[in-house]
Amino acid sequence: MAASSSAHSVDLSLALTMEPSTLTDWLVILPVAICITVGALLMLIRKHTVWHPIIAIPALVLLVVVDCLLVYAVSTQGPITMVAGRWLPPFGIAFSADLLGALFALAAGIAGLAGAIFALGDIRASGRRYGFYPFLLLLMAGVSGAFLTGDIFNLYVWFEVLLISSFGLLILGSSHEQLDGAMKYAVLNLIGTTLFLIAVAYTYAVFGTLNMADIAMRARAAPMLPTATIGALFVVAFGMKAAAFPVNFWLPASYHTPRTVVSGLFGGLLTKVGVYALLRVMVMILPADLESLGALVSISAFLTMVLAGLGAIAQHDIRRTVGYVVIVGIGNIFAGVAVGGISGLEGALVYALHSMILMTALYFIVGLAGKLAGGFSLNAIGGLYRSNPAFAGLSLAAFFAAAGLPPFSGFWPKALLVRATLGDGQWWLAFAILFAGFCTTIALGRVFLLAYWRPAAAAPAARVRLTLSESLPVVGLMALVVAFGVYPEPLLAIATRAIEGLLAPEAYFMSVFPGGAS
Amino acid sequence: MEFVLSCLVGLFFAAAIYLMLSRHSVRIMLGIAILGNAVNLLIFTAGRISGLVPPIIPKTMETLPAGTANPLPQALILTAIVISFSFFAFLLVLTYRAYQDLNTDDTDDMRAAEPKDQPMPPLGY
Repeated sequence: MAASSSAHSVDLSLALTMEPSTLTDWLVILPVAICITVGALLMLIRKHTVWHPIIAIPALVLLVVVDCLLVYAVSTQGPITMVAGRWLPPFGIAFSADLLGALFALAAGIAGLAGAIFALGDIRASGRRYGFYPFLLLLMAGVSGAFLTGDIFNLYVWFEVLLISSFGLLILGSSHEQLDGAMKYAVLNLIGTTLFLIAVAYTYAVFGTLNMADIAMRARAAPMLPTATIGALFVVAFGMKAAAFPVNFWLPASYHTPRTVVSGLFGGLLTKVGVYALLRVMVMILPADLESLGALVSISAFLTMVLAGLGAIAQHDIRRTVGYVVIVGIGNIFAGVAVGGISGLEGALVYALHSMILMTALYFIVGLAGKLAGGFSLNAIGGLYRSNPAFAGLSLAAFFAAAGLPPFSGFWPKALLVRATLGDGQWWLAFAILFAGFCTTIALGRVFLLAYWRPAAAAPAARVRLTLSESLPVVGLMALVVAFGVYPEPLLAIATRAIEGLLAPEAYFMSVFPGGAS
Repeated sequence: MEFVLSCLVGLFFAAAIYLMLSRHSVRIMLGIAILGNAVNLLIFTAGRISGLVPPIIPKTMETLPAGTANPLPQALILTAIVISFSFFAFLLVLTYRAYQDLNTDDTDDMRAAEPKDQPMPPLGY
């Protein structure tokens, strides 16, 4: 055997990509690269907090522009893949964007930009010294990375990136409530992520690969592989991330404690990362396991909606009410996943995108209401309608959207979900969706009645005015909510295509393995 | 070898879950530290245990010889160790700070965010 000659005759073109990456390929990696670079830069100039928003807000505008371009590129050319270090999958780590990931990334970018602008008024000197803007940028890097990665171990790493940034944001200001809330949030989320890591380890042990497209192809080729444990672990881990019953009690314990802007970002972004991971892993990679776990997901969705709906009514702190409204939304999304098929998953996807925008706006609105009225307890505050009629109108629109009443964006996904659940014969899920919507209407209607309509108990000490940086993001997000509500066709059409791509991911496979099977 | 490691992983998981069910936050932290190690050993076991053949491609061959350990899980563990170590450090500081500020390490008494005697929401208008 000619030792040296054979060592040099290895055909590297099988393992390495030889052509330079095209410009559109860079779009996949840019959202993460922008956020990490700017986040690191802000860390370097952490003493000069005046510069933080001046650098962070343009960077997030750029992020939204890149995400828009990515959605456009993916919707015209199909899924895009970029590999690290020229190594082809499954050897190299791939960043893959299909329509689903790109849509989630765009919604996250919009919520992050709104948060950065809102923070101008909400986060003052001390919060900036603690590093609000660097943490925000790193959170956006983690979220964008999770939506765009094509490697399941990388998904775990991005989960950790966004988790550690969220810890930093959560304890910003370190009041007693925040420390207490952060304890519960941190421990339970870390355990959830560890469960995910266990599932990843088993996945590697069974399939011998970590590339999502590769795993999906192998799972389809050999349906007899022992993947039930893996599927169950994934569902529990992502259910914990997304705050589905019975692993959701960390959310109402912690989400009302941080600053308003942080609550808004968490409510909009973090639970939806769990939803995205559930859609990606369970629907695309392990569809057979989702089928066998369907009853479990249905029951979890049912109990999430009913209990969170009742929980929303039982609160006196308006921030905690919104926390339960977030969980109701997760129940709706899980109902869509449990029903499956194009109609159910489309409802889940549209609901998740609507919820990313709306929940951020809702937390901002509730935070502003507390600031204007001087407190968050329904027993004490009142008179907001008389002092700020325009803000009250905006709030009512957001409450209607959260309850799923037309003409706001919450109506369409709910209509899709009810139709899908009834079409699947799961009438009790349809009942839970409507019941939870009814509870949300009562809970938020009561917030409006008491905090806005009721005359203020005492004359306000000083009239608080909303600044432009506080009203602009809320108005912007609500404009999107109303736009989707009155003209939903483009979003519904693109969501249908995203779900079709998820259910039949041949185009995704082709983008990761252009030469066919591995 | 796999059998011994599997037993060890099971033991670690049992100890971690037992400690995490405790009311005291320091014990919960110890449980989380053990849980991290249990998962690392689990990944390690997933990639064939073999101390005899190092995963090095000899000059005469193009691929790894049979019977080598899979090096990829070890790379994964390296990442997981760094992450779980940094998280553990953060959680330890958070626990200490919570103990200082809330004056307790008993999670049943940590109710600053959810006080026990919350008022009822107003029942009428």
